[in-house]
Amino acid sequence: MLSIGLGHYLTLAAIIFTIGVVGIFLNRKNVIVILMSIELILLAVNINLVAFSIFINDLSGQIFTLFILTVAAAEAAIGLAIIVVYFRNSDTIRVEEIKNLKG
Amino acid sequence: MIAHSVFFYIFSLIAIVSAVMVTVSKNTVHSVFFLILDFISISCLFIMIGAEFLGMIMLIVYVGAVAVLFLFVVMMLNVAEQKGQWFSSRWDGGTHIPVGLLVSLIIFFELIIVIGGWKYKPDLLNSLSINISNEVTNTRSIGNVLYTDYILLFQISGMILLVAMIGAIVLTYRERAGVKRQSYIKQISRERDEGVDLVEAKRNKGVKIDA
Repeated sequence: MLSIGLGHYLTLAAIIFTIGVVGIFLNRKNVIVILMSIELILLAVNINLVAFSIFINDLSGQIFTLFILTVAAAEAAIGLAIIVVYFRNSDTIRVEEIKNLKG
Repeated sequence: MIAHSVFFYIFSLIAIVSAVMVTVSKNTVHSVFFLILDFISISCLFIMIGAEFLGMIMLIVYVGAVAVLFLFVVMMLNVAEQKGQWFSSRWDGGTHIPVGLLVSLIIFFELIIVIGGWKYKPDLLNSLSINISNEVTNTRSIGNVLYTDYILLFQISGMILLVAMIGAIVLTYRERAGVKRQSYIKQISRERDEGVDLVEAKRNKGVKIDA
C-alpha cells in the first residue's frame, strides 16, 4: 500500500479512462464537454505510457507520449473549429438536437 | 518513500475528483477549470515519477494552449450554462443513463482485470531499445533520441500540426459582404498615368473635376 508501484498508476489511468468514457456516454447537453472527455481519455493513455516507460526503464514510452500530445492538440483544434462552424450554422451545439445524420 | 506515496495519493485523488467534476459540472466554464486542475495534478505525478520534461510539456501544451482554447470557444459560443438535469434527455426519457453506466462499468472491470493479471512478457525486457540512464537528465535523454532515431516521426508530427492549423483556419474562415479590404497588388501596380491628370487650366474659369 505504501510503496507506489506500476499497478497504482495503471489503476489511476483506468479510473480516469472510465470517467472519460462515462462522460461521452451520458452527456446529452454539450459537445464541448464530450471533447473534454476525449482529452481525459488521452490523458489516461499518457499516464499508462509514462508509467510503463519509467517502470520498464525504456524511454520510448515517453517519446510516444510526446507524439500523443501533438495529435491531441491537433484534434482539439480541429474539433473546436468544427463546433464553431456548426454553432454558426445551426445556433446550437446541444447533443440531442444534433441529429442531421439521423443516428 | 512515505512522502512519495502520500503525494501520489493526494495528486491522484485530486485528479480523479476533478475528472468527475469535468463530466458532471452544469457550467461548462467550470468543466474547463476542472480540466485544467486535472492536467496540473497529472503533470505533478509525471514530475514525481521522473518524467520532468513530459510534465512540463503537459503544463505548457494542455494548460497553456488546449484548455485556454476550450475556454475561448466556450465563452465565444455563449453556451456556458446547461439548463436542467445533468444528463437528462428530452427524447428517450433517460434510458441511456443505466445502459451507459453499465457499459462503462464493464470497461472499467475489464481494465482492472487486465491490470491485475498482468505480468511482463518474459522476453519483453530483451527487446528494449532505449534504456533510461541515470547520468543525463530526462530532457537531454529525450532530446538525444527524438532528434536522431525518431526524427522522421518528429517531422511528421510537425506536418500534422500544420495540417491542423490550416484546417482550423479554413473551417472557421468566412467571407463577409461589404467589407473593404486593401488590395496590395492593385496598390503597388498603380502607374503614374492613372493617378495624375494634367489639365490645362484657363484663367478665371477654373477646372471641372470629374464632371
